[in-house]
Amino acid sequence: MKTYLPPRFVVERDPDRCITCKGCVAQCSFGVHSYDREEDAIRSQDELCVGCHRCAIFCPTGAIRIKRAPQDYRPNANWTPEAIEDIIKQAETGGILLTGMGNDKPYRIYWDHLVLNASQVTNPSIDPLREPMELRTYLGRKPDRVELETGTLKLKTRLAPQVAIETPILFSALSYGAVSLNVHESLARAATELGTLFNTGEGGLHSKLYKYGPNTIAQVASGRFGVHPAYLQMARVLEIKIGQGAKPGIGGHLPGEKVSEDVAATRMIPRGTDALSPAPQHDIYSIEDLAQLVHALKEATNYTKPVSVKIAAVHNSAAIASGMVRAGADIIALDGLRGATGAAPKVIRDNVGIPIEMALAAVDTRLRQEGIRQQASIIVAGGIRSSADVVKAIALGADAVYIATAALIALGCTVCQQCHTGKCAWGICTTDPILSKRVNPEIGARRLANLLRAWSLEIKEMLGGMGVNAIESLRGNRLHLRAVGLTTEEMEVLGVRPAGS
Amino acid sequence: MKGMSYNNPYGDDKVISACSLFGMMDTSGRRFSSGDVVAAISSMHDRSNGLGGGFAVYGLYPEYAQCYALHIMFLSREARGEVEALLRANFRIVFDEEVPTRETPGIVDPPILWRYFVEVNGCSLGTPGDDDYVLEKVMKINTGCEDAFVFSSGKNMGVFKGAGYPEQIANYFRLEEYQGYLWTAHGRFPTNSPGWWGGAHPFNILDWTVVHNGEISSYGTNRRYLEMFGYHCTMQTDTEVVAYAVDLLRRRHGLPMEVVTRVLAPPLWEHIPLLPPEEQALDTALRQVYSSLLLNGPFTVIIAHQGEMIGLTDRIRLRPLTVGEKGDRLYLSSEESAIRLVCPDLDRTYIPRGGEPIIGRLAVQAGVR
Amino acid sequence: MDGTLRIDVKGLHYKELNARLREAANGYHRIDLLNVFGQRYIGTDIRRPLEIHIYGVPGNDLGSFMDGPSIIVHGNAQDGVGNTMNSGEVIVHGHAGDILALSARGGRVFVRDGVGYRAGIHMKEYQGKRPTVVIGDTAQDFLGEYMGGGVLLVLGLGERHHARFVGTGMHGGVLYLRGEVEAHQLGKEVGVAQPDENDRKVIEGLVRDYCRYFGKDPEAILSGEFRKLFPLHLRPYGNLYAY
Repeated sequence: MKTYLPPRFVVERDPDRCITCKGCVAQCSFGVHSYDREEDAIRSQDELCVGCHRCAIFCPTGAIRIKRAPQDYRPNANWTPEAIEDIIKQAETGGILLTGMGNDKPYRIYWDHLVLNASQVTNPSIDPLREPMELRTYLGRKPDRVELETGTLKLKTRLAPQVAIETPILFSALSYGAVSLNVHESLARAATELGTLFNTGEGGLHSKLYKYGPNTIAQVASGRFGVHPAYLQMARVLEIKIGQGAKPGIGGHLPGEKVSEDVAATRMIPRGTDALSPAPQHDIYSIEDLAQLVHALKEATNYTKPVSVKIAAVHNSAAIASGMVRAGADIIALDGLRGATGAAPKVIRDNVGIPIEMALAAVDTRLRQEGIRQQASIIVAGGIRSSADVVKAIALGADAVYIATAALIALGCTVCQQCHTGKCAWGICTTDPILSKRVNPEIGARRLANLLRAWSLEIKEMLGGMGVNAIESLRGNRLHLRAVGLTTEEMEVLGVRPAGS
Repeated sequence: MKGMSYNNPYGDDKVISACSLFGMMDTSGRRFSSGDVVAAISSMHDRSNGLGGGFAVYGLYPEYAQCYALHIMFLSREARGEVEALLRANFRIVFDEEVPTRETPGIVDPPILWRYFVEVNGCSLGTPGDDDYVLEKVMKINTGCEDAFVFSSGKNMGVFKGAGYPEQIANYFRLEEYQGYLWTAHGRFPTNSPGWWGGAHPFNILDWTVVHNGEISSYGTNRRYLEMFGYHCTMQTDTEVVAYAVDLLRRRHGLPMEVVTRVLAPPLWEHIPLLPPEEQALDTALRQVYSSLLLNGPFTVIIAHQGEMIGLTDRIRLRPLTVGEKGDRLYLSSEESAIRLVCPDLDRTYIPRGGEPIIGRLAVQAGVR
Repeated sequence: MDGTLRIDVKGLHYKELNARLREAANGYHRIDLLNVFGQRYIGTDIRRPLEIHIYGVPGNDLGSFMDGPSIIVHGNAQDGVGNTMNSGEVIVHGHAGDILALSARGGRVFVRDGVGYRAGIHMKEYQGKRPTVVIGDTAQDFLGEYMGGGVLLVLGLGERHHARFVGTGMHGGVLYLRGEVEAHQLGKEVGVAQPDENDRKVIEGLVRDYCRYFGKDPEAILSGEFRKLFPLHLRPYGNLYAY
């Protein structure tokens, strides 16, 4: 069938600069560039370009520029080019539109409507360069009180397992198979260097990376890929994945082409078969079933590890979270509307779930109203773009944040939304052995560690400005936030007052 | 107290203030009059701005030692009637009277000040349940009653405070007529409020009092944590979280004062591994469990209750505290000069480290009379 | 008249005290202030050599912005002694409080006993100006924080050094410490070395001055072990920023 889809991008090549080195031909995994032997020139097929900029960045002479293709439709606020092209695609295929990465719709980003406080006169700001500034956070269930042995200063209370992170930023779930082993290794090494944790995602962990266990969160998802006793033992934290912000209520589907020898061995499935994660966990149809799995995992690891439960942020997250805490979850992971994915139906990604800021505020408030906030740590995910977002999340009530898209960007991702194709030109979201070499774990770990270091330094600057020298004094401290340009109802949910009040 | 919005029209979350602090205790339990305390706090006049002064006195009412002494301010006669009905319904009023005052230049628009010596109906054996009962009623009056405010609710102690310089407040309340074995005093410099009587220090709940110099930048975190345990911060002063935190940790969780101060001003994570193993375990657990009660930001507080006076500064010591000792007398002050003024020949004077608690205790508790 | 004026300042507000001091400064070489209890800013606005003796406890910011006089405190001093001082001398026969010699850019401060937090914070030097601080006992945390110049000498004559974050953010000047100090007590910007011959000369001169002021034996003090703490980098935060 003849496609009616116009190209999305145009490749502009400066003929004066191009030296016909064929670098772009080799770099592009989508087949945009080809060498014309007869003319001794490089040709580009614009319609294949996904706008990942790999060729442009790697062109030694800077000859290539990727530009958005001009849209020549008659202007129409209702029938946008996207709406038209989605229909064209479905008319030509009859399929569910599949996409990668996170929601790209202009829903209000609440982080950008919250501003932070700083000390002036009545309390000194603290200079984090010279004075101590503490970012350590302990994840895990806390008791309501500490008890001492009678008449002594000896601790009597036995705390549930606590896991220290030296900066309140963790790497969110990115499954092996969706991303390459080199990406996993980069994340593991950076987490270890910075004293934080990375999350395996739902595809198990390659045996080569088990040595990073002390900095690993092992996910247990509906497909139970790669879940076996050694996997549970290796990890520092276990996480039951109920849902994901990019596709609440939807399962996962790793196509057989991505199930390489190593992926097969790690996931414990035959090579080349599709790896299907059911939409629900089929042993969890209710909150008491969740309690059953939480305690099964605790029994299986002799109560040595906190158990996290991850849900997508949905309308009644607050009530669900309360149930999760009562079901024994030591950590609640909330993944918001802007959370990303390797592959999701576009209609789900763009329309299901709620913004993480709202979910976080509602969950934190609800757990406090019920007097159980201290019984679980809260980690939020889905759209954390900067250290400022981290600080605002903690002030709203989070203990820590998960980042994944930001981590991938650090590794080279340009958010071109082609993860589901397996052809990632940056070698990130692929298991192609040649493409995956594009991420060198040594360099990848360096880039990720740099990012966490930079954000941690910035967090310290912001804390110091607010006159506190420990991150725990910011947690849930909504008085350090003010809203700009929000409605009364939005401010009420966020528990934040308007700027100037 | 709805009248609060009248007194503090800005409705700020907290009223920020800088201050002078003074505390003086006779650890043998000998009671003494206000003279030295007033002289000392007055000498630090320039640290306050006339918008708040106050005193707490322990060993104040030996004749009613078993009664809760409620000091209440009213903005109207109606409020007094309303509160008295509530008191009669919930307590046995053993004795009550207007708090004696004298006209004092600079003291304008004082509220009606009354004190009630009450017993919890039927029994006054001092069971822990009584404290919670009284706490609940005090919270009820302070949050629910129009134009009434309980500013002192402990036994054998009392708070005297208001809008004015401390020396004016002392004169107004005729403090020279009282005796106690432990006095704390406060001169206030609020930055953003007209200074209302209830917002002056000491802040009190049951027999706990706190005088505070500084700003608690962790207020939002502290407050939301305390709310989970039933404490409602309605006073618009960050100092109240200190009092509630101490009440929670000391009275309800039963932790000794030395441990309470390690929650409020804990050692840095990097210093915990340098401690002996047993202390490491304790300090780690305290920070893990009570991280939301860490008082962050610059502060010095003098906390007091029956038989005990505690001085504490924030862990990087952003506000001053000096200690003086002379025989049985323990002095805590924002400035040494104030101590020397009333006791020139101290045995010892020193400046404690940030987060290091200075605790004065009665040698023999029962000896207090 | 021996050129000495004695003023009993009990109960005087600092404004009045300092006004009288300014007035008297022109006619006398020495002024004794009796019964000082907390009056602030003594010696601040006097720009000529003059000996001020303080009996009692002076208030905060003693000798702040001072330019020339010598102040001798017969007792303890409070916070902010020598704040942003330009020249002159403060001698304290006792201890002093926090932020001693904050941002001092010249002059000398001698304290017989210990001092509080952040002593010598942000001291600086430029051209001929080089502030000097000598502390007899020890200091509390953040000694020499941000130090950008001058000389800080701490003799450790009382208890052992327990200050933490010593020299944190230090990027100039020198800090001499007599007695033991452990690595974890030092800021990460600080290097440790043995004093060389020049350093010994500076230390010896200052110890002899200290002993002259306070009547102690210099040989006993000089026989102790000294360490030199110095900034590792002129720009300790050079690689902090991305552009």
